[in-house]
Amino acid sequence: MAGVSVETQMLAAEPKETPIFGPVTGLSWKLLAGSLLTGAVAAVLFYSWGYQIVNDIGVAGINRPVFWGFYIVTFVFWIGISHAGTLISAILRVTQAEWRRPVTRSAEAITVFALSIGGLFPLIHLGRPWLFYFMVPIPNHRGLWPNFRSPLVWDMMAITTYLTGSVLYLLLPMIPDFAILRDREAAANPGSFRARLYRIVSLGWRGTPQQWASLEMAIRIMAVIVIPVAVSVHTIVSWDFAMTLQPMWHSAIFGPYFVVGAIYSGIAILMVAMYLLRRTLHLEEYLSDKVFNNLGLLFVAFALIWSYFTFAEHLTVWYGNEHSEMTVFWERVAGSHARAFWTMIIVNTLIPIAVLSWRWGRKPLVTAIVGLGVMLGMWLERYLIVIGTLRFPRLEFTLGQYIPSPVEIGILVGSFGMFGFLYFTFVQIAPIVSIWEVREGEHLAARGGGHGEAHVGASAPAALAGSLGARTLGEEA
Amino acid sequence: MTRWGMNIDTDRCTGCGACVVACHAENNIQTVGEAETLIGRAMHWIRIERYYEGTFPDIHVRFQPVLCQQCGAAPCEPVCPVYATYRTPEGLNAMVYSRCIGTRYCANNCPYTVRFFNWHAGDFPAPLDRQLNPDVSPRPVGVMEKCTFCIQRIQDAQGLAQLEDRPVADGEIRPACAQSCPARAVSFGDLDDPDSQVSVFARNPRAMHLLEDLSTEPAVTYLIGGE
Repeated sequence: MAGVSVETQMLAAEPKETPIFGPVTGLSWKLLAGSLLTGAVAAVLFYSWGYQIVNDIGVAGINRPVFWGFYIVTFVFWIGISHAGTLISAILRVTQAEWRRPVTRSAEAITVFALSIGGLFPLIHLGRPWLFYFMVPIPNHRGLWPNFRSPLVWDMMAITTYLTGSVLYLLLPMIPDFAILRDREAAANPGSFRARLYRIVSLGWRGTPQQWASLEMAIRIMAVIVIPVAVSVHTIVSWDFAMTLQPMWHSAIFGPYFVVGAIYSGIAILMVAMYLLRRTLHLEEYLSDKVFNNLGLLFVAFALIWSYFTFAEHLTVWYGNEHSEMTVFWERVAGSHARAFWTMIIVNTLIPIAVLSWRWGRKPLVTAIVGLGVMLGMWLERYLIVIGTLRFPRLEFTLGQYIPSPVEIGILVGSFGMFGFLYFTFVQIAPIVSIWEVREGEHLAARGGGHGEAHVGASAPAALAGSLGARTLGEEA
Repeated sequence: MTRWGMNIDTDRCTGCGACVVACHAENNIQTVGEAETLIGRAMHWIRIERYYEGTFPDIHVRFQPVLCQQCGAAPCEPVCPVYATYRTPEGLNAMVYSRCIGTRYCANNCPYTVRFFNWHAGDFPAPLDRQLNPDVSPRPVGVMEKCTFCIQRIQDAQGLAQLEDRPVADGEIRPACAQSCPARAVSFGDLDDPDSQVSVFARNPRAMHLLEDLSTEPAVTYLIGGE
């Protein structure tokens, strides 16, 4: 097409975009090695799972009364992580926060991958995973339905809805970027694998005003829809616990408490991911100190909200002084789980508030380290909730112990490998910073419309007419 | 209508454990072995809890056999995503092994901790396989199981009564634990029949239910308080 010369002009005009285009145009040995290495760790997950299916669920360390162990802890952990992206990105989009532009893509990708991994865990945890479809309402000759009263059925529906929504929400804003890559590849190496791939995934995008209007509308609708869906997902995950009679599970605060914890852990992993992306892909221009500062403020806000919920939850239990609840409470605060509990308080409350409250504490490296601590702390929180309650049933004759088996540890470690693998691979296929959204932001800023007041949706096609819009429109003509 | 109920007189119970053994034999419950028991996977549909009152040497031991309470408002039932555990019209809390996918949610929501999971399938090496009860299906790996009130015996008695065109007599059905109890601490019958032995016992001033404040409406009544 005739777009070639315009494209090369654009390349020359925008040298700062080189780091974005780097990993998605050529082969980066560093990223490929990352994919292979994390892929090898991910293989541990599937090996362990296969081993468990062949040798029975009994190879895990779960027992009676600790019927749920690492699998459910890690399930809640990953589903929590998944609130990083879609929810944060949707809130920032709806509130038209201009600094969101370089962040949204990397955040939304976290959601999709964390959700896919988290969704595996309920299956891994089943005694007979090959019958999981009994939970799906498939019409059948026996007239058997799933039990719609069960929070596990709600869970499955919420997670599949959220996964569908998140995938759409990730894919929609990628279409114009894929089109940009398609045009570049068609010019640079026609017939290459990337050229063919981007031709398919850009879904015939031409950048016509109608296409832009439809896309903007679709993104805006998805951003609004995905917020309540995300909130519902972790609320329902919390109801897996709160709907039972178990001490320190049966709590009305669990819904919002889990949602806050989920967003908190989501921001934590986003901090770590953004730091790594900035370092390895040299995206300092995009993931700037200002972005880290803003996200750091959001981070410390959630540290405070999470700490408030934790305090409220434990205070009401302690004040109520009910026997079976107090058994769990004291084991957690001063008994066999005290080390995990106080570690959680240190890394989730004390350190984040002490560090992130200051401007120097919201620098990239510092926030990433705090983020790692919060990820550990949030995993421990779920560990305390699941194991801390199940070990101490109401009838004290059946007190229990829990020691995770190598299979469970392998699956936990493998899940992190799988996340890394998916992320490394994604970075090599899709631009991790949304090209068109950043360009759009620059145009809006250049037009002097100010940051907050710009009407993003309405002005997008016009704003873009200067750069990629002109090119693609030119192609049409 | 019928609502099956059980009565356990803890003042009679000597803690001998005959009910536990009889239950194993009747219901083909697997014996898990030492290693599994050590990590908390012992499987006994009925267990005898020991409680000590007073301080040595003036000490008093109480025994409390605990089995599935066949709750009228069972916490285990609504949480099962696949209806593998449900309430029969006769008030039993039934398990459908072939429907169970092993989420273990029911066991987590059971305040009595009387549900047991098949972490591995039961192993009955010869000649143990010859003493399997043909009326009870062995359970595969990955499913939950628990006390059924010896539903196979209930159905036997009901079938016989139907053939002879008469109602099931009180005391005609005896689950394995009731049959084997040398102290006759366990009785079984219809709670909806005001004259049955279990109904009479349930009105006894010594009667109590386990964790009654949770409103699970257990069908097992304990008699406790005497010497």
